[in-house]
Amino acid sequence: MKFTILINEGPYQHQASDSAYQFAKAAIAKGHEIFRVFFYNDAVNNATRLAIPPQDDRNITVQWAELAEQNKIDMVVCIAAAQRRGMLDDDEKDRQGKDASNIHPAFRISGLGQLVEGGIQSDRLITFGD
Amino acid sequence: MAMLHIVNKSVFERGTLDSCLKTSLSGSSILFIEDAVVSAVNNTSVSDKIKSELSSKNFYVLTPDLNARGFTDADLIEGIKGVDYDGFVDLVTDNSNVQSWL
Amino acid sequence: MDGEGQTKKFMFVNRKVPYGTVYALESLEVVLISAAFDQDVSLAFVDDGVYQLKDGQSTDGIGMKNFSPTYKALGDYDINKLYVEKESLEERGLSVDDLMELTYEDEDDDWAEKSSIILVSRDELAEVMDQQDVVISS
Repeated sequence: MKFTILINEGPYQHQASDSAYQFAKAAIAKGHEIFRVFFYNDAVNNATRLAIPPQDDRNITVQWAELAEQNKIDMVVCIAAAQRRGMLDDDEKDRQGKDASNIHPAFRISGLGQLVEGGIQSDRLITFGD
Repeated sequence: MAMLHIVNKSVFERGTLDSCLKTSLSGSSILFIEDAVVSAVNNTSVSDKIKSELSSKNFYVLTPDLNARGFTDADLIEGIKGVDYDGFVDLVTDNSNVQSWL
Repeated sequence: MDGEGQTKKFMFVNRKVPYGTVYALESLEVVLISAAFDQDVSLAFVDDGVYQLKDGQSTDGIGMKNFSPTYKALGDYDINKLYVEKESLEERGLSVDDLMELTYEDEDDDWAEKSSIILVSRDELAEVMDQQDVVISS
Protein backbone atom coordinates (compact mmCIF):
# COMPACT_ATOMS: atom_id res chain seq x y z
CA MET A 1 0.00 0.00 0.00
CA LYS A 2 0.94 3.64 -0.43
CA PHE A 3 0.94 5.83 2.69
CA THR A 4 0.95 9.55 3.21
CA ILE A 5 2.00 10.56 6.70
CA LEU A 6 0.96 13.92 8.15
CA ILE A 7 2.86 15.25 11.16
CA ASN A 8 1.51 18.21 13.10
CA GLU A 9 4.01 18.66 15.91
CA GLY A 10 7.61 19.74 16.35
CA PRO A 11 10.48 17.40 17.17
CA TYR A 12 11.18 16.53 20.82
CA GLN A 13 8.25 18.55 22.18
CA HIS A 14 5.80 15.82 21.21
CA GLN A 15 6.29 12.16 20.35
CA ALA A 16 4.43 12.65 17.08
CA SER A 17 7.52 12.85 14.92
CA ASP A 18 9.09 9.81 16.58
CA SER A 19 5.91 7.75 16.23
CA ALA A 20 5.62 8.75 12.58
CA TYR A 21 9.24 7.80 11.96
CA GLN A 22 8.91 4.37 13.60
CA PHE A 23 5.69 3.77 11.68
CA ALA A 24 7.35 4.76 8.40
CA LYS A 25 10.32 2.45 9.07
CA ALA A 26 8.02 -0.48 9.85
CA ALA A 27 5.87 0.17 6.80
CA ILE A 28 8.91 0.21 4.52
CA ALA A 29 10.25 -2.98 6.11
CA LYS A 30 6.93 -4.66 5.29
CA GLY A 31 7.26 -3.65 1.65
CA HIS A 32 4.87 -0.69 1.65
CA GLU A 33 5.60 2.64 0.03
CA ILE A 34 5.69 5.99 1.80
CA PHE A 35 4.31 8.31 -0.89
CA ARG A 36 4.93 11.48 1.11
CA VAL A 37 5.63 12.74 4.61
CA PHE A 38 4.01 16.13 5.07
CA PHE A 39 5.18 18.40 7.87
CA TYR A 40 2.50 20.89 9.01
CA ASN A 41 1.97 23.20 11.99
CA ASP A 42 5.04 23.05 14.27
CA ALA A 43 6.23 19.91 12.49
CA VAL A 44 8.02 22.19 10.01
CA ASN A 45 10.67 22.45 12.73
CA ASN A 46 11.63 18.83 12.03
CA ALA A 47 13.35 20.18 8.93
CA THR A 48 15.92 22.40 10.60
CA ARG A 49 19.52 21.89 9.56
CA LEU A 50 20.73 23.50 12.75
CA ALA A 51 19.53 21.30 15.60
CA ILE A 52 22.17 20.02 18.05
CA PRO A 53 20.45 17.41 20.20
CA PRO A 54 22.48 15.64 22.90
CA GLN A 55 24.94 13.09 21.49
CA ASP A 56 23.39 10.17 23.34
CA ASP A 57 19.91 10.79 21.97
CA ARG A 58 18.37 10.52 18.52
CA ASN A 59 18.77 13.29 15.97
CA ILE A 60 15.27 13.48 14.55
CA THR A 61 16.15 15.58 11.48
CA VAL A 62 19.01 13.30 10.51
CA GLN A 63 16.86 10.19 11.04
CA TRP A 64 14.29 11.53 8.61
CA ALA A 65 16.98 12.60 6.14
CA GLU A 66 18.58 9.15 6.14
CA LEU A 67 15.28 7.31 5.83
CA ALA A 68 14.26 9.61 2.99
CA GLU A 69 17.52 9.14 1.15
CA GLN A 70 17.56 5.35 1.49
CA ASN A 71 13.95 5.00 0.39
CA LYS A 72 13.42 7.99 -1.91
CA ILE A 73 10.71 9.47 0.30
CA ASP A 74 9.24 12.86 -0.60
CA MET A 75 9.48 15.00 2.54
CA VAL A 76 7.44 18.16 2.22
CA VAL A 77 7.36 21.12 4.56
CA CYS A 78 4.30 23.34 4.22
CA ILE A 79 5.28 26.78 2.99
CA ALA A 80 2.62 28.70 4.92
CA ALA A 81 3.48 27.00 8.21
CA ALA A 82 7.19 27.35 7.47
CA GLN A 83 6.94 31.06 6.79
CA ARG A 84 5.07 31.61 10.06
CA ARG A 85 7.75 29.79 11.98
CA GLY A 86 10.83 31.02 10.15
CA MET A 87 11.85 27.85 8.32
CA LEU A 88 13.39 28.90 5.03
CA ASP A 89 15.22 27.31 2.15
CA ASP A 90 17.60 29.37 -0.02
CA ASP A 91 14.86 30.35 -2.48
CA GLU A 92 12.63 31.60 0.27
CA LYS A 93 15.53 33.41 1.93
CA ASP A 94 16.24 35.28 -1.30
CA ARG A 95 12.59 35.88 -2.12
CA GLN A 96 11.79 37.24 1.32
CA GLY A 97 15.06 39.17 1.77
CA LYS A 98 16.20 37.27 4.85
CA ASP A 99 19.83 36.83 5.87
CA ALA A 100 19.82 33.06 6.35
CA SER A 101 18.16 29.81 5.41
CA ASN A 102 17.86 26.84 7.74
CA ILE A 103 16.20 23.91 6.01
CA HIS A 104 17.97 20.57 5.69
CA PRO A 105 18.31 19.60 2.00
CA ALA A 106 16.38 16.35 2.50
CA PHE A 107 13.19 18.40 2.86
CA ARG A 108 11.48 20.55 0.25
CA ILE A 109 9.11 23.43 0.85
CA SER A 110 5.81 23.31 -0.96
CA GLY A 111 2.13 24.12 -0.66
CA LEU A 112 -0.76 22.51 1.17
CA GLY A 113 -1.90 21.06 -2.13
CA GLN A 114 0.82 18.43 -1.64
CA LEU A 115 -1.01 17.19 1.45
CA VAL A 116 -4.33 16.97 -0.36
CA GLU A 117 -2.65 15.27 -3.31
CA GLY A 118 -1.09 12.81 -0.87
CA GLY A 119 -4.53 11.95 0.42
CA ILE A 120 -5.79 11.40 -3.12
CA GLN A 121 -2.85 9.35 -4.38
CA SER A 122 -2.28 7.20 -1.29
CA ASP A 123 -4.24 4.27 0.04
CA ARG A 124 -4.06 5.60 3.60
CA LEU A 125 -3.28 8.96 5.20
CA ILE A 126 -2.24 8.81 8.86
CA THR A 127 -1.93 11.84 11.14
CA PHE A 128 0.50 12.09 14.03
CA GLY A 129 -0.16 15.08 16.25
CA ASP A 130 -1.03 16.32 19.68
CA MET B 1 -16.20 -0.22 6.32
CA ALA B 2 -14.25 -0.61 9.56
CA MET B 3 -12.28 2.31 10.85
CA LEU B 4 -9.07 2.26 12.84
CA HIS B 5 -9.18 4.92 15.55
CA ILE B 6 -5.88 6.06 17.02
CA VAL B 7 -5.76 7.71 20.44
CA ASN B 8 -2.49 9.15 21.72
CA LYS B 9 -3.24 10.91 25.01
CA SER B 10 -3.87 9.55 28.47
CA VAL B 11 -7.57 9.30 29.34
CA PHE B 12 -6.73 11.04 32.62
CA GLU B 13 -5.41 14.10 30.79
CA ARG B 14 -7.57 14.50 27.70
CA GLY B 15 -11.11 13.73 26.59
CA THR B 16 -10.09 12.19 23.26
CA LEU B 17 -10.60 8.58 24.37
CA ASP B 18 -14.11 9.40 25.60
CA SER B 19 -14.97 11.11 22.33
CA CYS B 20 -13.50 8.24 20.38
CA LEU B 21 -15.45 5.63 22.33
CA LYS B 22 -18.69 7.55 21.87
CA THR B 23 -18.17 8.08 18.14
CA SER B 24 -16.68 4.77 17.04
CA LEU B 25 -18.99 2.19 15.54
CA SER B 26 -19.28 -1.44 16.56
CA GLY B 27 -16.67 -3.51 14.79
CA SER B 28 -14.13 -0.70 14.67
CA SER B 29 -10.61 -0.99 16.07
CA ILE B 30 -9.04 1.34 18.60
CA LEU B 31 -5.28 1.61 18.98
CA PHE B 32 -3.61 3.32 21.94
CA ILE B 33 -0.23 4.85 21.16
CA GLU B 34 2.14 7.22 22.98
CA ASP B 35 0.71 8.42 26.32
CA ALA B 36 -2.66 6.80 25.68
CA VAL B 37 -1.21 3.39 26.53
CA VAL B 38 -1.63 4.08 30.27
CA SER B 39 -5.39 4.16 29.68
CA ALA B 40 -5.28 0.47 28.78
CA VAL B 41 -3.55 -0.75 31.94
CA ASN B 42 -5.73 -2.80 34.25
CA ASN B 43 -7.18 -1.62 37.58
CA THR B 44 -7.56 2.06 36.87
CA SER B 45 -10.69 4.15 37.40
CA VAL B 46 -11.50 3.79 33.68
CA SER B 47 -10.89 0.06 33.28
CA ASP B 48 -14.56 -0.84 33.67
CA LYS B 49 -15.60 1.67 31.02
CA ILE B 50 -13.12 0.20 28.55
CA LYS B 51 -14.05 -3.38 29.45
CA SER B 52 -17.68 -2.63 28.65
CA GLU B 53 -16.66 -1.85 25.06
CA LEU B 54 -14.58 -4.95 24.49
CA SER B 55 -17.44 -7.04 23.17
CA SER B 56 -18.19 -4.64 20.31
CA LYS B 57 -14.80 -3.17 19.39
CA ASN B 58 -11.22 -4.38 19.01
CA PHE B 59 -8.66 -2.75 21.31
CA TYR B 60 -4.91 -2.65 20.78
CA VAL B 61 -1.94 -1.06 22.48
CA LEU B 62 1.42 -0.22 20.95
CA THR B 63 3.66 -2.37 23.14
CA PRO B 64 6.87 -0.35 22.64
CA ASP B 65 5.03 2.70 24.06
CA LEU B 66 3.77 0.58 26.96
CA ASN B 67 7.28 -0.70 27.75
CA ALA B 68 8.66 2.84 27.58
CA ARG B 69 6.30 3.80 30.36
CA GLY B 70 7.24 0.89 32.58
CA PHE B 71 4.46 -1.57 31.72
CA THR B 72 4.25 -4.82 29.79
CA ASP B 73 1.43 -6.54 27.93
CA ALA B 74 0.78 -8.53 31.13
CA ASP B 75 -0.43 -5.29 32.77
CA LEU B 76 -3.13 -4.68 30.18
CA ILE B 77 -6.87 -5.01 30.67
CA GLU B 78 -7.67 -8.55 29.60
CA GLY B 79 -8.83 -8.57 26.01
CA ILE B 80 -6.60 -5.72 24.87
CA LYS B 81 -3.82 -6.91 22.55
CA GLY B 82 -0.31 -5.54 22.41
CA VAL B 83 1.15 -4.91 18.95
CA ASP B 84 4.51 -3.65 17.76
CA TYR B 85 5.03 -1.13 14.95
CA ASP B 86 4.63 -3.93 12.39
CA GLY B 87 1.25 -4.68 13.91
CA PHE B 88 0.42 -0.96 13.82
CA VAL B 89 1.08 -0.96 10.08
CA ASP B 90 -1.12 -4.05 9.66
CA LEU B 91 -3.95 -2.39 11.56
CA VAL B 92 -3.81 0.54 9.17
CA THR B 93 -3.87 -1.68 6.10
CA ASP B 94 -6.48 -4.12 7.45
CA ASN B 95 -9.01 -1.41 8.28
CA SER B 96 -10.75 0.62 5.57
CA ASN B 97 -9.78 4.00 6.90
CA VAL B 98 -7.98 5.58 9.83
CA GLN B 99 -8.68 8.52 12.13
CA SER B 100 -6.36 10.01 14.74
CA TRP B 101 -8.13 11.62 17.69
CA LEU B 102 -6.13 14.74 18.50
CA MET C 1 -0.78 10.09 -12.96
CA ASP C 2 -2.22 7.38 -10.72
CA GLY C 3 -5.51 8.37 -9.19
CA GLU C 4 -6.10 11.19 -11.64
CA GLY C 5 -9.77 12.06 -11.79
CA GLN C 6 -10.42 10.12 -8.60
CA THR C 7 -12.84 11.66 -6.10
CA LYS C 8 -12.36 10.77 -2.46
CA LYS C 9 -14.33 11.71 0.62
CA PHE C 10 -12.15 14.00 2.73
CA MET C 11 -13.25 14.96 6.24
CA PHE C 12 -11.49 17.60 8.32
CA VAL C 13 -12.17 17.00 12.02
CA ASN C 14 -12.03 19.97 14.38
CA ARG C 15 -12.09 19.37 18.13
CA LYS C 16 -10.41 22.39 19.68
CA VAL C 17 -11.35 25.87 20.86
CA PRO C 18 -9.90 28.51 18.51
CA TYR C 19 -7.04 30.90 19.37
CA GLY C 20 -5.55 28.92 22.26
CA THR C 21 -3.76 26.85 19.66
CA VAL C 22 -3.20 27.31 15.92
CA TYR C 23 -4.99 24.16 14.80
CA ALA C 24 -8.33 25.73 13.88
CA LEU C 25 -6.69 28.33 11.65
CA GLU C 26 -4.20 26.02 9.97
CA SER C 27 -6.85 23.35 9.43
CA LEU C 28 -9.03 25.93 7.69
CA GLU C 29 -6.10 26.77 5.41
CA VAL C 30 -5.92 23.13 4.28
CA VAL C 31 -9.67 23.10 3.70
CA LEU C 32 -9.45 26.14 1.43
CA ILE C 33 -6.67 24.55 -0.63
CA SER C 34 -8.62 21.31 -0.88
CA ALA C 35 -11.35 23.19 -2.77
CA ALA C 36 -9.06 23.25 -5.81
CA PHE C 37 -8.92 19.46 -6.00
CA ASP C 38 -12.57 18.66 -6.76
CA GLN C 39 -12.91 16.19 -3.90
CA ASP C 40 -15.92 15.46 -1.70
CA VAL C 41 -14.93 17.66 1.23
CA SER C 42 -16.71 17.97 4.55
CA LEU C 43 -15.81 19.36 7.96
CA ALA C 44 -16.78 18.02 11.37
CA PHE C 45 -16.99 20.19 14.46
CA VAL C 46 -16.98 18.01 17.55
CA ASP C 47 -16.37 18.62 21.26
CA ASP C 48 -14.67 22.00 21.66
CA GLY C 49 -14.47 22.33 17.86
CA VAL C 50 -17.99 23.78 17.89
CA TYR C 51 -16.53 26.95 19.40
CA GLN C 52 -14.72 27.60 16.10
CA LEU C 53 -18.09 28.49 14.57
CA LYS C 54 -19.29 30.64 17.46
CA ASP C 55 -20.77 33.94 16.38
CA GLY C 56 -19.43 37.25 17.65
CA GLN C 57 -15.69 36.47 17.87
CA SER C 58 -13.76 39.65 18.63
CA THR C 59 -10.01 39.35 18.97
CA ASP C 60 -8.79 42.96 19.26
CA GLY C 61 -8.11 42.52 22.95
CA ILE C 62 -5.76 39.57 22.47
CA GLY C 63 -3.90 40.98 19.48
CA MET C 64 -4.59 38.01 17.21
CA LYS C 65 -6.22 37.95 13.80
CA ASN C 66 -9.91 37.12 13.83
CA PHE C 67 -10.11 34.42 11.16
CA SER C 68 -13.75 33.45 11.77
CA PRO C 69 -14.97 35.37 8.69
CA THR C 70 -13.06 32.83 6.60
CA TYR C 71 -15.65 30.16 7.45
CA LYS C 72 -18.22 32.33 5.66
CA ALA C 73 -16.22 32.08 2.43
CA LEU C 74 -16.34 28.29 2.36
CA GLY C 75 -19.70 28.27 0.59
CA ASP C 76 -18.19 30.18 -2.33
CA TYR C 77 -15.64 27.38 -2.72
CA ASP C 78 -18.29 24.65 -2.88
CA ILE C 79 -17.45 23.51 0.64
CA ASN C 80 -20.89 23.32 2.13
CA LYS C 81 -21.00 20.30 4.42
CA LEU C 82 -20.12 21.46 7.90
CA TYR C 83 -21.25 18.77 10.33
CA VAL C 84 -21.82 20.12 13.82
CA GLU C 85 -22.37 17.59 16.58
CA LYS C 86 -25.53 18.24 18.57
CA GLU C 87 -24.30 16.71 21.84
CA SER C 88 -21.15 18.84 21.72
CA LEU C 89 -23.28 21.98 21.46
CA GLU C 90 -25.61 20.91 24.25
CA GLU C 91 -22.78 19.99 26.63
CA ARG C 92 -21.51 23.52 26.17
CA GLY C 93 -24.86 25.23 26.63
CA LEU C 94 -24.95 26.24 22.96
CA SER C 95 -27.40 25.89 20.14
CA VAL C 96 -27.14 26.39 16.39
CA ASP C 97 -28.41 29.96 16.95
CA ASP C 98 -25.13 30.77 18.71
CA LEU C 99 -23.13 29.90 15.62
CA MET C 100 -22.26 32.06 12.62
CA GLU C 101 -24.66 31.94 9.72
CA LEU C 102 -22.82 29.92 7.09
CA THR C 103 -24.52 29.50 3.74
CA TYR C 104 -23.96 28.48 0.15
CA GLU C 105 -25.91 28.90 -3.06
CA ASP C 106 -27.30 25.63 -4.34
CA GLU C 107 -26.78 25.60 -8.12
CA ASP C 108 -29.12 22.60 -8.40
CA ASP C 109 -31.93 24.54 -6.78
CA ASP C 110 -31.96 27.82 -8.67
CA TRP C 111 -29.09 29.18 -6.56
CA ALA C 112 -31.25 29.14 -3.44
CA GLU C 113 -29.29 30.14 -0.35
CA LYS C 114 -29.01 27.26 2.10
CA SER C 115 -27.27 26.61 5.37
CA SER C 116 -23.93 24.81 5.18
CA ILE C 117 -24.29 23.70 8.77
CA ILE C 118 -25.60 20.16 9.13
CA LEU C 119 -26.61 19.45 12.70
CA VAL C 120 -26.04 15.78 13.50
CA SER C 121 -26.23 13.55 16.53
CA ARG C 122 -23.10 11.77 17.71
CA ASP C 123 -24.40 8.51 16.24
CA GLU C 124 -25.13 10.12 12.88
CA LEU C 125 -21.68 11.68 12.81
CA ALA C 126 -20.12 8.30 13.58
CA GLU C 127 -21.78 6.88 10.48
CA VAL C 128 -20.60 9.77 8.30
CA MET C 129 -17.05 9.48 9.63
CA ASP C 130 -17.00 5.78 8.91
CA GLN C 131 -17.69 6.51 5.24
CA GLN C 132 -14.73 8.81 4.75
CA ASP C 133 -11.68 7.85 2.68
CA VAL C 134 -9.37 10.41 4.26
CA VAL C 135 -9.77 11.88 7.73
CA ILE C 136 -7.46 14.76 8.52
CA SER C 137 -7.33 15.58 12.22
CA SER C 138 -5.80 18.67 13.70
